[in-house]
Amino acid sequence: MSNPPQIELRGVERVFQLGDSQVHALRRLDVSIAPGEYVAVMGPSGSGKSTLLNLIGLLDRPNAGLYLLEGRDVTTLSPDEQARVRSERIGFVFQSFHLVPRLTAAENIALPLTLAGIAPRERAERVALALADYGLEARADHRPDQLSGGQRQRVAIARATVMQPAVILADEPTGNLDRATGEEVIRLLEQLNGRGVTLIIVTHDPNLGNRARRQLLMEDGELRHDSALEGAAK
Amino acid sequence: MSAIRRSRHPPMRAPDLIRFARDAAMGNLLRTALLVLSVAIGVAAVVVLTALGDGARRYVVNEFSSLGSNLVIVLPGRSETGGFNPANAITSTPRDLTINDAQALLRGTAIRRLAPLLVGTSEISVDGKLREVMVAGTTTQFIQVRNLAIAQGRFLPDEDWERGSAEAVIGATIRDELFGPEPALGKLVRIGDRRFRIVGVLKASGQGLGMNSDELVIVPVALAQAMFNSNTLFRILIESRSREDIPAAKAQAEEIIKQRHDGELDVTVITQDAMLATFDRLLGVMTMGVAGIAAISLAVAGILVMNVMLVSVAQRTAEIGLLKALGATGSAIRLTFLAEAAMLSLAGAVVGFVLGHAGAALIRHLYPTFPAYPPAWAVLAGLATALASGILFGVTPARRAAALDPIQALSKR
Repeated sequence: MSNPPQIELRGVERVFQLGDSQVHALRRLDVSIAPGEYVAVMGPSGSGKSTLLNLIGLLDRPNAGLYLLEGRDVTTLSPDEQARVRSERIGFVFQSFHLVPRLTAAENIALPLTLAGIAPRERAERVALALADYGLEARADHRPDQLSGGQRQRVAIARATVMQPAVILADEPTGNLDRATGEEVIRLLEQLNGRGVTLIIVTHDPNLGNRARRQLLMEDGELRHDSALEGAAK
Repeated sequence: MSAIRRSRHPPMRAPDLIRFARDAAMGNLLRTALLVLSVAIGVAAVVVLTALGDGARRYVVNEFSSLGSNLVIVLPGRSETGGFNPANAITSTPRDLTINDAQALLRGTAIRRLAPLLVGTSEISVDGKLREVMVAGTTTQFIQVRNLAIAQGRFLPDEDWERGSAEAVIGATIRDELFGPEPALGKLVRIGDRRFRIVGVLKASGQGLGMNSDELVIVPVALAQAMFNSNTLFRILIESRSREDIPAAKAQAEEIIKQRHDGELDVTVITQDAMLATFDRLLGVMTMGVAGIAAISLAVAGILVMNVMLVSVAQRTAEIGLLKALGATGSAIRLTFLAEAAMLSLAGAVVGFVLGHAGAALIRHLYPTFPAYPPAWAVLAGLATALASGILFGVTPARRAAALDPIQALSKR
C-alpha cells in the first residue's frame, strides 16, 4: 500500500462496563484503510463490528490506542471538534434509516447542511441536486411514512452524501430491505465508492460482504481475517 | 494531506433553529397545547389577580376622592398615638365638639369653608308611609364640602347655625320611596317628632364610603341636636383653600380647638390624603402579595415545562443521536431544546396575556363600577416570569439532550 492511509487504527481497545463484568468489544485492533477503499466488516453479532464503525465515525472513543483520520489524531479532539469532523468528513447510513419523521424527504436531506449553518440558497441547490441524483424529485415533499423502504434508504444516503464526505459508514444498510431494493441501495453506495468515496459497510450477509474489494472478519473483538493481508500472510 | 478543515464551523442559523424547534413542538400537539395552557393559566392568573387587587385600590381611591377635595376632618376624642399624655389621665372624658367650635374654626386662614356634622337615625313619615332613615344635621356649606349636587329645589339656607328653620333635603332613594312619581318639594314630612318642609332633593350619586347620600335626610344642625338631644358633633368637615393648604388647615384646626378646650387637644384631626395614602399603601401591598401568589403558579408551570421537556428528550433520543451523527454540536442540540422551551413559554405567555385581559374585561363588564385594570408592572412581570421560568427550566432537559451518548441514542428504537 503506497497511499498514506485515510483511516489508521493502532492498538485500539474498547471496553464496556456491564455491571461488574468488563466486556472487551475491541481488543488491540490495528487497521489501516486507504482513501477510496471499499471495505466490508463482517462477523457474528457481538463481534465488535458496530463498535468499530462507531469508533471510525467518531461516535465513540477508544479506551486505549490511537485513531488517525487523514493523518490527524482525532481521539483527543473536543466533542465539538469531533462534531465538525463528522459533519464534514463522514456520512452515516443506518439499518433503520433514522429519518426524522416530522420532516419531509427534502428537509431530511437538508439536515446536515442546516446543522452546518449553510445558507438557505446554497442548501436548496445542493438538496435539489441530491434529490435528482437519487431519483427522489417526486418525493421531495413526502414525509418518511409516505415513502417505501427503498426510498427511505435513498433519502438516508442522499443525506449522508450531501456534505460530500470522504468516508461513508453504512451499518447493515440493507437489513430492513427486501432483496431487490437492497441490491439497488448497494449499487448506489458502490457508485459513490466508484467516485472515490471510501465506503465501509458492516454486514453479516456474506453475499454483500463478498462484493467488497476488502473484507475484515471480526470475532470476539479481534480482527480474525483481513483480505488485504492475505497475499502477505500466505 | 489533511483535508480536515481548520475553519470555524458556523453555528446553526437562527431561522433554521427556530423552524426546527417549532416543528419539534408541533410534532406533538397535545403535549404542546397542555404546556402552553399551563403557562397561559399562570400568566392569566397574574393578570386577573393583579387587576382585582389594583382595581380594589383604585376603587377605594376613587371613593375617597368623591368625598370631596382637600378635606380635613375633625373627630371628637383623641386617638392616642403619641404615647401617654398626663392631661388625659386627669380629664378622661373629652369635651364635646360643639357648633361653637365649628364656628370658631372659620377663623383659620387656610380654611375655605366647613360644615359641622351630626348623624343619627330616626323615622321619616309622610301620608302614613314610614321609613327609618339616617339623619344628618349640618349647615349650608355641607353640599360644597362633600361635593354633592342638588337635583331639585335648593340646599339648606345660610342662616344662624344655632337656630335653623324646619327645612329638610332628602336623598334620591328616599324621594322615590316616599313620594314615587309625585312632587316632593314643599311637602311636609315628620322626622322623629318634628315637622319639616322638604326644600330640596339630592342628585343620585351612589356610594360615599359608609354614608350613602341617596338614603340621607339632611336637616339644620341645631334641629338635629335637639332631635337627638346631643350637644356634641359627630364630625367637622373642613375644606382647605388649596391642596397645599391642607397641612396648614390641619394645624390651625388643632390650634383653635386646643385654645377653646383649655389648652388640651382632645380632638383628632385627620386629612383625606393621609387616609388615602394609608389605603393606597395597604392595597398596593395586597396587590403585590396576590401577584406573588400568582407568580407561584407560573413557577409551577415552569417545572411542568421542565418535566415535559425531559420526557420529550427521552422520547427523542434517537433523533438526538442522529443529529449528533450528522455533525450537530452539543451546543446546537442544547439550543434547539432551549428554543423549543422558550417558544412554548412565549406562546403560553401570549395566550395567558390575552386570556388575562379578557378576564379583566369580563370583570369590568360584570361590575362596571369596579376598575379592574391590571397594572403594567404586573403584566410585564408576569410575562417576564413566564419566559424566564420556561427558559430556566428548559436548561436541564437541554443539557441532558446534549450529553446523550449518540450510540445508545441511535440504538434505541
